[in-house]
Amino acid sequence: MTDVALIGSASETGVKLRRPDLSEDRIRRRYAAERRFRLYGMLAIGFAVFMLGFLAVTVVLQGYTAFWQTRIVLDVNIDPAEVDPQNTRLPESLWQGNYQAVVREALRSLFPEVESRGDRRALNDFLSNAAGDAVRRMVMENPALVGTTQRVEVLAADEIDMLAKGRIDRDVPATDRPIDDQQLGWFDKLEAEGRIVSSFNLDFFTTGDSREPEQAGVGGALVGSLLTILTAIILSLPISVAAAIYLEEFAPKNRITDIIEININNLAAVPSIVFGLLGLAVLLGFFGLPRGAPLVGGMVLSLMTLPTIIIATRAALKAVPPSIREAAYGVGASKQQVVMHHVLPLAMPGIMTGAIIGTARAMGESAAVLMIGMVAFIVDIPTSITDPATVLPVQIFLWADAPERAFVERTSAGIMVMLVFLVLMNAAAVVIRRRFERRW
Amino acid sequence: MKRMSVAIAALAGLAITAGAAEARDQIHIVGSSTVFPFTTAVAENFGKAGKFKTPVVESTGTGGGMKLFCAGVGENTPDVTGASRKIKDSEIEGCKKNGVTSITEVLIGYDGIAFANSKAGTSIDVTRKQLWQALAKQVPVNGKLADNPYKMWNEIDPSLPAQKIEVLGPPPTSGTRDAFVELVMDVGCEEFPEIEALDKDAKKAACQSIREDGAFIEAGENDNLIVQKLDANHNAFGVFGYSFLEENADKLQGGKIEGVAPTFDTIADKSYPVSREIYFYVKNAHVGVIPGIREFVAEYVSERAMGEEGYLADKGLITLTDDKYKDVASKAMALSPMN
Repeated sequence: MTDVALIGSASETGVKLRRPDLSEDRIRRRYAAERRFRLYGMLAIGFAVFMLGFLAVTVVLQGYTAFWQTRIVLDVNIDPAEVDPQNTRLPESLWQGNYQAVVREALRSLFPEVESRGDRRALNDFLSNAAGDAVRRMVMENPALVGTTQRVEVLAADEIDMLAKGRIDRDVPATDRPIDDQQLGWFDKLEAEGRIVSSFNLDFFTTGDSREPEQAGVGGALVGSLLTILTAIILSLPISVAAAIYLEEFAPKNRITDIIEININNLAAVPSIVFGLLGLAVLLGFFGLPRGAPLVGGMVLSLMTLPTIIIATRAALKAVPPSIREAAYGVGASKQQVVMHHVLPLAMPGIMTGAIIGTARAMGESAAVLMIGMVAFIVDIPTSITDPATVLPVQIFLWADAPERAFVERTSAGIMVMLVFLVLMNAAAVVIRRRFERRW
Repeated sequence: MKRMSVAIAALAGLAITAGAAEARDQIHIVGSSTVFPFTTAVAENFGKAGKFKTPVVESTGTGGGMKLFCAGVGENTPDVTGASRKIKDSEIEGCKKNGVTSITEVLIGYDGIAFANSKAGTSIDVTRKQLWQALAKQVPVNGKLADNPYKMWNEIDPSLPAQKIEVLGPPPTSGTRDAFVELVMDVGCEEFPEIEALDKDAKKAACQSIREDGAFIEAGENDNLIVQKLDANHNAFGVFGYSFLEENADKLQGGKIEGVAPTFDTIADKSYPVSREIYFYVKNAHVGVIPGIREFVAEYVSERAMGEEGYLADKGLITLTDDKYKDVASKAMALSPMN
């Protein structure tokens, strides 16, 4: 009985539904669903923006101070006995001079009360072990300065730098601080005399890595990244464009080309570490190429960017309207002429966009280059693609692992430099697309 | 397009010549990440002297470094490797097989492993036995091995703080983990007759397995990350190299092990039980072929680097005692091969 009744009522509602339900209740529900849907979207965007903003703000707050470097202003008496013991004034002997000693002497002269060996050491800790380099540079430029007293800004040690930047808590007990109370007193005196100055840290962009945070820079890694990326582009761009043109324009559509196409798409999704292992086994193991060289890094990264550029190029070629090709055929152009003279130039903006995005990805890549030995401590800035080098992401990785507190800000600063690079590259991709793209 | 293909040809040509001809004029160093901060400091000072190029130092881990080091003699193999433990006999054998017959061993100093927590947390004084009980996968309960039942420190011993067992440590790939297992876990478990009764393999497994129920958290190779996490979570303890404790002394306190706190002095005189020796090894066949190896070793063992007040001490190295240092330095300068 109930079953029958149910069927009856169901068919009744079915009949009712055929008429549009324009009741206010239903319309209200539809609007509510619409609003809810938009709210989900907004929440998703809000969450993404928040996370991104959080990341950016943390990195910037931690790292912006690395672009400034604390120096100590000292009146350095460039003592010939330390700097040029043989009194020759020849560049070679001036280069060998003990400039650290004259800088230490200058600092000591400000604190005549410091006598004991331990205190002297504590005072010397104010100076970076590269503090003398500034004086050396001056003397090399002008040997006549030897024997005079000059006002020089010398590099402060990383702990003084941290203190000046307020990254060392003065309130914790002295035994727990890298700077003790006595040193704190000296520092305050120097600061009161205006001898603690902070200036833009240009060295950060020009020097290689160092174990001393105040001397470490991204210069070496930047050059390494550029050499690597250049090698990758020179290798991957012609190969992938040629492959894409053949596959898109000339290749017969059969099973083999299908398999190739599927594999190219799969290759784009292969984790980068696999390419690194391939480089390790084949390029280093079999061909015996030098470990940690941008040449090898570039080759590995070019393998990684190949599929990205091939896919982008094929899409760009496909987007050129058939009317262009047909018109070219119509005036008697050969297939090659059609492609080279008409289709390829029109597809160029799309190809370039793909290439730049692929390259940007390669630039941020660390796993692949870790495998081939680019994770190394390298002070000298590489000059050729066979010199050992590191790349930016690896440099960041190395700094993040260093025990010195001052490397925290260097790490964040390194991240900022890399982000700026990536944003610039992506912006270039957008500009190229906007400027050269044609619409039909 | 034509220009492109010329560029490719040029690059390929360069690649071939680079692999074959060009003589290496830069020392290549691999090895342990524990030794890395010290070797890099020496390399930098060595390069600054200006006579030779700054050596390239790669952090590969002790085992990985040995593998590369022992791969043979020639420009494509490293000249020096760092190790956070003594070279194994099997590695010496492997070296010999590949023609690396003459190796000089240099003891650099000591490295302690700290068991530390935030200054805001309670300080701790544990024994290795208690640490093993807290961290082993299976412990003896009523005479039988059972999954580790301890959730709180004071369940192991009433003298320990009444807080959850939560330890952040390095993953199995790390040399610090190897040393921790060897110096703490292996020693701690020997105090239990139930473990001693097992056969060799089972004993090893029982001693070395670390629990996986969330009380021990693998925090990655990066010791800085562990420091940050300890700073945020006052109830957690961390296992990491002593130099990170020293560098963060304002935030962290080192736990006492068997009554001894990790300090420079206790590690140097070996009264702090969780310390190990760190070494570097030189391939003698490369001396005189790759320029500067002899001078690099001299810089490493010089008073201003490895001495008591040298720059390596500033980097957190626990330096050798005076007699030992003199012995090590003279042997290293002579590049006398081991056995």
